[in-house]
Amino acid sequence: MYQYDHYDRQLLSERVAQFRGQTERYLAGELSDAEFLPLRLQNGLYIQRLAPMLRMAVPYGLLSSTQLRKLAHIARHYDKGYVHFTTRQNIQLHWPNLEEVPDILAELAQVDMHAIQTSGNCVRNTTSDQFAGVAPDEIEDPRPWCELIRQWSTLHPEFAFLPRKFKIAVSGSQNDRAAILIHDIGLQLVKNDQGELGFTVFVGGGLGRTPVIGSLIRDFLPWQHLLTYLNAILRVYNRYGRRDNKYKARIKILVKAWTPEVFAEKVEAEWLPYKDGSLTLTAEEVARTKTFFTLPAYKTLDAAAVEQQLHSQALANTDFQRWLSRNVSAHRVPGYAAVTLSLKPTGVAPGDVTDSQLEAIADLADSYSFGEVRATHNQNVVLADVEKTALFELWQKIAPLGFATPTVGTITDIICCPGGDFCSLANAKSIPIAETIQRHYEDLDYVYDLGDLSLNISGCMNACGHHHVGNIGILGVDKKGEEFYQIQLGGRSDENAGLGAVLGPSFYPQDVPSVIAKILQVYVDSRQQEELFIDTYERIGITPFKEAVYAKAD
Amino acid sequence: MQKLIKGNSVVEDSWKVLSAEQADNLPVGNLLLPLANWLALDDTSRHSGNIAPWIESGEEFEHALDKLLKAPLIAVHFPTFMDGRGFSTAEILRGRHQYQGELRAIGNLIQDQLFFLKRCGFDSVQLREGTDLEAALSALADFSITYQTSADTQTPLFRRR
Repeated sequence: MYQYDHYDRQLLSERVAQFRGQTERYLAGELSDAEFLPLRLQNGLYIQRLAPMLRMAVPYGLLSSTQLRKLAHIARHYDKGYVHFTTRQNIQLHWPNLEEVPDILAELAQVDMHAIQTSGNCVRNTTSDQFAGVAPDEIEDPRPWCELIRQWSTLHPEFAFLPRKFKIAVSGSQNDRAAILIHDIGLQLVKNDQGELGFTVFVGGGLGRTPVIGSLIRDFLPWQHLLTYLNAILRVYNRYGRRDNKYKARIKILVKAWTPEVFAEKVEAEWLPYKDGSLTLTAEEVARTKTFFTLPAYKTLDAAAVEQQLHSQALANTDFQRWLSRNVSAHRVPGYAAVTLSLKPTGVAPGDVTDSQLEAIADLADSYSFGEVRATHNQNVVLADVEKTALFELWQKIAPLGFATPTVGTITDIICCPGGDFCSLANAKSIPIAETIQRHYEDLDYVYDLGDLSLNISGCMNACGHHHVGNIGILGVDKKGEEFYQIQLGGRSDENAGLGAVLGPSFYPQDVPSVIAKILQVYVDSRQQEELFIDTYERIGITPFKEAVYAKAD
Repeated sequence: MQKLIKGNSVVEDSWKVLSAEQADNLPVGNLLLPLANWLALDDTSRHSGNIAPWIESGEEFEHALDKLLKAPLIAVHFPTFMDGRGFSTAEILRGRHQYQGELRAIGNLIQDQLFFLKRCGFDSVQLREGTDLEAALSALADFSITYQTSADTQTPLFRRR
C-alpha cells in the first residue's frame, strides 16, 4: 500500500496542529458554533445525538495491521471499545470526547492516518473495489489512481467550500464493485482500441433525497489528463452548483438542470486551457505511485494440488464448504483467494467491530495476507491475498472470532446505517430492523437458495445505508413521531446500476419481516432455473410483489 | 480606517466598498464599485487609480476580463464564509489570466481560510468583525506542504518530489 514520505507526514502533523488550535479557540469561545462547524466537519467530527462522532479516513479501503492496532488502541482508550465500518470504506468512532479529538488525530497521524475531508462540503475519501489488484476481471489496478486523486484532493484550496459534499469512486473492472454510478464522479478504467489506458467519466450519480444514476460525460479520458479534468469538473460545480437549497446543491442537480451534454461542454471549456499544463500526470509519477502497489511476494503454488486438497476439505466439512461458497472470492494468482471477513453476525450492528476484534484482524492480516486488509462498502473486511492451502486453518481461527458468518452477498449481509440509535439525522432506527431480519433468516439452506440478494437499510432519506440500490431497500420514515418503514424493490449498484421502486405504503416495524417473507415467496414462486432475485424482478416487474404484499385477507 | 490582512501583515486600508445605490453619487477617496458600475465608468475614471471593481460571489465576470486585468485592485465578495465561489474567481483571475494587481477577499471570512485564500491568489483579506488580526496572521502559514497546483503554486508536489 502507499507509504507516506516526509511530505505526507509533515502535512498531517500540520493538520493536527491546525485542528488543535481550532478546537482550543472553539472551547475558549473565540469560534462560534457556525464557524467551527465546517472546520470540524472537514476533520470528520460530527456532533451527534448522544455524543460526537469522528469519521476516520481509510483511503480506498486499505489498512495495514499497524493501523488496525492503532485503531484498536484508540477505540479502547478514547471510545467505548468499538468502531464502525461505514459504507464508504471509512471507520467511525461513536463516542469520542470533543476535547480529545486533537489527541486522537495525533495518534492517527503516527500511523499515517487522518480524518481529513471525511465530512463537510468538500471532496471526500475516494473509494474503490475491495478486490483491487487481485480481481481476475481487472483491467487495471485502480489503487494508484485513487492515491493520485487522494493527494490532489487533500486540502485543495479552491474546493474546500463547495455547494455540498463530493464523492469520487474508481473501478478497475467492468464488473463494478465500487458503485461508481452512484457517486458524484464515477471513474471506470478502460483501454482504448490502441491499448492505451484511460477513464470513462460519469458525473452526477448519488443517493440521498434525489437518487440519480450517474451520466456519461466522457468515453475516454487519457490517463495523463485525470487531474486537470477532475479540476475542471470541480470548478464548474463550485461556480455553478446551487447554494440556495442544500437539498438541491449536489452536482447531480446541476447536471440534470443543464443536461449531461451541456455539462460536458462546460467542463471541456474549463479544461482546455489547463490541458497539458503542469497538473498533467507524468509517466514518472504514475510509475512512482504504482511502486507502492506492486504484487506481494506470492509463492508459486501447485494450483491443481491446492484445489484437490480444498475439495476434500470441503467434502468433509459442510460448514467449511458453505463458508467457501459465500465468503471466499477468486484471485488472479493461482493458488490464492480473497477472503471476506463478515462483520454481519446476527445481533451485532452491521459493520461494528470491537477493539480486540480489530487486533485479531491485524494478527490475521499478518499471518495470512501480507499484513494488509481492505474495508468494503458492504461493511465487511477483506483479506485479499490468502493461500488456498491456509483457508481451512483460517476458517477455524475466524469462526470463534465471529467473522465466519457464511452469508456474504446474501439477504443477511445487510448494509445498514447507524440509524436512529446514534444519528441525529435519522427518522427511524435501522439496526434493530437489520437484526430482526437476520433472526428470521437463520436457516442457511433457505438463505443460500435465495442466492445473491442485497438488502440495504437507511434510517432516513439521506440514504447512508444505500437503500435505493438494494435489491430490497428499506427506508425508515417518521410519521407523526412514529417509526415506519418504506420498502423498495429492484435497486442495484453494479455496472447496471438502477434505483429501486417504492412498493407502496410503509409498514410498522413489526410487520417488516412478514412483508419481506411475502416478497421472497413471490421470487421463489416466479423464478426460472438459476435466476437471481434481481433478474426475476426485472423480468416480472413490481406488480406481482405489490399484489402479494398488499392483498386483502379474505 | 478599517484594518485588513495584506501580504503577511495587518495594514490600515482606505478603500471603501460601495453598493450599487451608493455608486450613483461618488464620494471622494479610494472606492470599490460593483463590477457593473465600474464597467459603466468612462475610461478616464476607471483608470484614475482610486476606483476599482468588486465582484459579487457567483457573478459572471469573464466578459469584462480585458478591463479587469488592468484594474489596480479587484475585490471579490464572500457573502458568507461558506460560499466558496470566490476561490474559483481568484483562481481564474490570478492563476489562469495572470492578473497582476491586488486581489482582495471581502465579506465574512474567517482566519481559518487565510491559507486557502492566499493559495488561490488573494493578497489581501478582510476578516469578519471582531477578529484579532495580529493573532490570525499565523494561519497564513498553517501548512508548508501543498499537493496541488494553484494560483501561487505553479507545479504540483509530484513534479517537485
